[in-house]
Amino acid sequence: MKAAPFEYVRPSSAAEAIALLAADEDARVIAGGQTLVPMMAMRLARPARLVDISRLTELSNIRIDGENIAIGAAVRQAVVERDALAAEKTPLLARALPWVGHAATRCRGTVGGSIANADPAAEIPLVLATLGGSVLARGSRGARTIAAGDFFLAPMTTALEDDEILVEARFPAWRHARVGAAFLEISARRGDFAFVAAAAQVALDASGACVACAIGVGGATHVPTRLAASDAFPGAAIEESAARKTLALEIADIDIMTDGHASPAYRRRASIELATRALLAARDDALSKEPRA
Amino acid sequence: MSGPGRKFRYISTDRRVREDRRFVVGKGNYIADLAVEGMLHVALVPSQHAAARIISIDASKALASPGVHAVVGGDEIAAASEPLMNGLDTPNVRRFPLAVGATRYMGEWVAAVVADTRALAEDAAELVEVEYERSPHVIDAEEAYKPTSPPVHPAHGSNTLLDRVFDWGDIDAHFAASDQRLSLRVTWGRNSTVPIETFGVLAQWDPWNEILDVRASIQMPKYADQIARALRLPMNGVRVHYDVDVGGSYGVKRGIKHSVLVGHLARKLGRPVRLIEDRLENMRSGDAHGPERVFDIDVAFDNDGVINSMKMRALDNAGAYAGRAPFQLGKPIGAIVGPYRIKSVRYHAVSVTTNKAVEEAVRGFGQSPTNYAIETMVDRVAEAVGLDRVEVRRRNFIRADEFPYLIPSGTRYDSGDYHAVVDKVLARVDWTALVAERDALRAGGTLAGIGVAACLEPSGGNSSFEPLLNPKNATTTWMESCRINIDALGTINVAIHTTSSGQGHETLVATAVGEALEIDPAKIRVTRPDSLSSLPGNSPVGSRMAIMLGGAGFHAAHKLKAKITAIAARQLGCAPAEAAYCEGAVSHGGKTIEWAKIVDIAHRQFHDLPEGFEPGLEASHIMQTPTGEALPTADGRVQMYPCHSFEFHVVLVAIDPVLGKPELRRYVIGHDCGVVINPHIVKGMTLGGIAHGIGAALLEEFVYDSEGQMMSQSFMDYLMPSASEVPHVEIVHHCTPSPLTVFGQKGSGESGYLGAPAAISGAINDATRPLGVRFNKLPIRVGAIADAVAEALEKRKEAP
Amino acid sequence: MKVALTVNGDTREIDVEPRTTLLDALRDSLRLTGAHTGCEHGVCGACTVLIDGAPARACLMFAVQADGFELTTIEGLAPAPGELSLIQDAFCETHGMQCGYCTPGMVLTAHALLRDDPAPSREKIVEAISANICRCTGYGQIVEAIELAARRLAGSNAGPAT
Repeated sequence: MKAAPFEYVRPSSAAEAIALLAADEDARVIAGGQTLVPMMAMRLARPARLVDISRLTELSNIRIDGENIAIGAAVRQAVVERDALAAEKTPLLARALPWVGHAATRCRGTVGGSIANADPAAEIPLVLATLGGSVLARGSRGARTIAAGDFFLAPMTTALEDDEILVEARFPAWRHARVGAAFLEISARRGDFAFVAAAAQVALDASGACVACAIGVGGATHVPTRLAASDAFPGAAIEESAARKTLALEIADIDIMTDGHASPAYRRRASIELATRALLAARDDALSKEPRA
Repeated sequence: MSGPGRKFRYISTDRRVREDRRFVVGKGNYIADLAVEGMLHVALVPSQHAAARIISIDASKALASPGVHAVVGGDEIAAASEPLMNGLDTPNVRRFPLAVGATRYMGEWVAAVVADTRALAEDAAELVEVEYERSPHVIDAEEAYKPTSPPVHPAHGSNTLLDRVFDWGDIDAHFAASDQRLSLRVTWGRNSTVPIETFGVLAQWDPWNEILDVRASIQMPKYADQIARALRLPMNGVRVHYDVDVGGSYGVKRGIKHSVLVGHLARKLGRPVRLIEDRLENMRSGDAHGPERVFDIDVAFDNDGVINSMKMRALDNAGAYAGRAPFQLGKPIGAIVGPYRIKSVRYHAVSVTTNKAVEEAVRGFGQSPTNYAIETMVDRVAEAVGLDRVEVRRRNFIRADEFPYLIPSGTRYDSGDYHAVVDKVLARVDWTALVAERDALRAGGTLAGIGVAACLEPSGGNSSFEPLLNPKNATTTWMESCRINIDALGTINVAIHTTSSGQGHETLVATAVGEALEIDPAKIRVTRPDSLSSLPGNSPVGSRMAIMLGGAGFHAAHKLKAKITAIAARQLGCAPAEAAYCEGAVSHGGKTIEWAKIVDIAHRQFHDLPEGFEPGLEASHIMQTPTGEALPTADGRVQMYPCHSFEFHVVLVAIDPVLGKPELRRYVIGHDCGVVINPHIVKGMTLGGIAHGIGAALLEEFVYDSEGQMMSQSFMDYLMPSASEVPHVEIVHHCTPSPLTVFGQKGSGESGYLGAPAAISGAINDATRPLGVRFNKLPIRVGAIADAVAEALEKRKEAP
Repeated sequence: MKVALTVNGDTREIDVEPRTTLLDALRDSLRLTGAHTGCEHGVCGACTVLIDGAPARACLMFAVQADGFELTTIEGLAPAPGELSLIQDAFCETHGMQCGYCTPGMVLTAHALLRDDPAPSREKIVEAISANICRCTGYGQIVEAIELAARRLAGSNAGPAT
């Protein structure tokens, strides 16, 4: 199980990386390589040239960018996991990261790489979709921002053009006082890709009423999906039976993925269950936080 | 943990495992660590079809690829070698290392590419062009068994390798006299042991000495013999090196096809050649899948839960070639009634070929699937008579005072006290509290169930299933050997004649020899000569090494002790019988001859040796299995393995009714393997066996689609338990020594695995019983549980 | 393609194809065979090495990517020939292995865990080693080894390296 031969290039800037990609349609970006390298080992991916962006300092920052936390494409998952700023501003991402593979893959794998890979069961794309984040892509024709809802097109397929690289992922940072988050998933084993994953982030006011809400499901659907029900909860306290009913109503109609690992009916039921539990757990997490004066 | 009434110095004591020191520093000596100057590497061309005629193989592009030395197809191998050995008398099921003329499963090796590196060999393997003509295939065993099925081997005439009915006892009368009967079908999915090290072999041919040196990650009886036969070499022209650490096996590391292939390539090319399977080759075409089996059981029992008679049909899917797989229907005959006093049995054993990868020996050699079937049957009987499952087992157990106990199929169980083990386990778990815990979980909306399993581990592997299932094979020995040499400076050197794959044989034999010689085992050197310098043995199969290697070491040590005593007695002026051996010194009448002096006499002072003694101080022992020296009777009764360890599992499972994932909340096993030689080793094997059983019960399966494509080719699809899936397991010890072994020991290499799948299945079925949901097939997957529960709840809702 | 690898404190330049994984380079070019090949697709953990102190899969990285990192293999843990580190000794004490094939990865994972958290809970130990598949032990004695090592570390002033 050895990769087919390829050329390895380590550009010194993002611009050079983009030029390299534009010059060779068989070139591919490698960042953490935790998904690409096994695909190459099995010869299911056989790029002629690997463009390694993992050491580009311009892609290695975590910063506040207006309303967002922007995470550069070369930032490793383990770095975000330990980052106080990211934990404070995007609690949902902090909840999701421990579910991503294992520590031994998170120490190499990047946040951007996981998003660009667009596995329907992957955790980080689900967080991006749920929070309604975006990615900054740059190619030979310039840079553009792509909303998560437009970015994930199909399993393992994104809106990125061949000569584009994902420069950074932008996760909305909520400014509310009481924000709680929860991430849940069901898989055959810990660390495996999920049959179903559910993500929820909730902001409450001092009275406990919901003021902002984001709920999404992954694994069940072809692309990570932010549920429209997210917008149904602000304005009142979140109660279990109503929440379950609202979520069940929406999930009953979403398009469920089919594969050998779990039946579509299972995925639908588990989506309702996990989305409900995640929402309630996020609410409880928020309730546990002191209302700020 | 030591045996009642017997004191040991080293046996059963808390001593380290000597092999561990090299492993923790990364200095194991595995096959992939051996690099030889000029070594070439092999990659394989896999078949793209489940069944096809091979029209042509065009290797021209591959041969032109950089670094390539040869591309070899089946025709060349077939001309250069004899067919690989079959266990049964099925001469027309011919198997060679590469597909010859036709391919019989997807992934089967059609050609081998030899190149300077493995990567270059893989590059070239992609360039080999094979033209196929597809032929009909069969995947399912029931289909394959039908006379209308396309035969995988047309020359054999059908897919049936084995189809035999054994009647042991008056089945019809017992059925007629019983109050009740019931039928069930259970299915054991195709899984395997899947060691983390794949199989690998390195062969070098020396044309001047005419000898083939073979190093391999092998765990296989008669390995050198089979290589020699296949390659038409004299057996002393094949030298297998046993000093290779094997990175796990649990039965399957039997790469005979790999070894014959590489032996041929090494001779052909005059260069050392190494083949190490990659994970794809290992899973898809390493011919190392375990049993895949359907059991149909009819059982006759009385209203009090006493089971009188059983009819069992076991249908095994052997895959594309015969190999040794059908024998895995034979070994369970030695414990076909489990720990129970079932009076008569009809056993219908069927093995068929299909277009799947080839089955190989897996931990338990068919016993774990059989135990799963028997234990599920006992649970059903308990349900039918409305009695507690443990109580029904108690009522059927062979009692401690009935040993040795002859079961209907001809095996005499050596010893045991099943009631005592069960009592201890129930006391440990606090059965009443456990039931209350289950019921509290249920009251809270969780599906919860308790599973129990009682089963035997036949151990001390003889090979009585060979003559039983193949009349042309009159094997009645399955020896193991040990040689001890005291060198000129008095240190002790013990030679063992096999590879090990984690069982700690160096520790085992040092402990046995040290015990017998009353000398600290830490001072004993253990080595592994090559096959040409070895006495005969049969490798660590059938839970046999504690009994057989421990026994051989013990007996060799006692021969040595007799020599030492005789040498000293001459000095002491007494008869050997009057001299007392103690810790290496020999005394009589207040005088003691020390070890150093005895060694000196043996090595230098021939004039002081007793008459007839050879110089030096050496002894060896080739040990016959404690039982199994007789051929089977005409009605198919035979003494299978000599010793019978017992285990009793209790497991509490909780299942979220929507998500369906079983959580193992509590796991307790009672284990009686007689006298334990090294407690750490036995504990590890038991815990590891349970983990493996969790995999078989819940996670692991080689899934094929209807076209014969294997869907679980990687570790992302073939799921083995990680630390997160294995609960803390409590072990309750009991010791019923075996009367047949030197220390009272029995086998433990398959422990845990033999009962865990049955217990976990029982627990899940207990959890879903209130909903009327049953699971009759392993593995029981998360989605299957949740879907069945949802359906049952839906029906309940609809019901008026 | 040339690349300089810093392994167990020594820097050596090797010449490899870009497609050579770090695992193959360690084993074949540097003859450090303690990291084992299990699956070559990043699941089993037998190839675990420490990259700047953190456990990582050596099969999921190409050797040409590995310059400039401090790489630690199992060969770098024993304090001296014939001596074991405290963690290695604990694995021997509890027999936290059988065939030894996953053992280097387990020991390195334990080493990194105890460096970051000298008194890990059972749950944390299980989580840490759940990235490494062992087919022999069922993990019980591996967990015990790490718990024992943590207890012994607490009783000494030494770090996990000694």
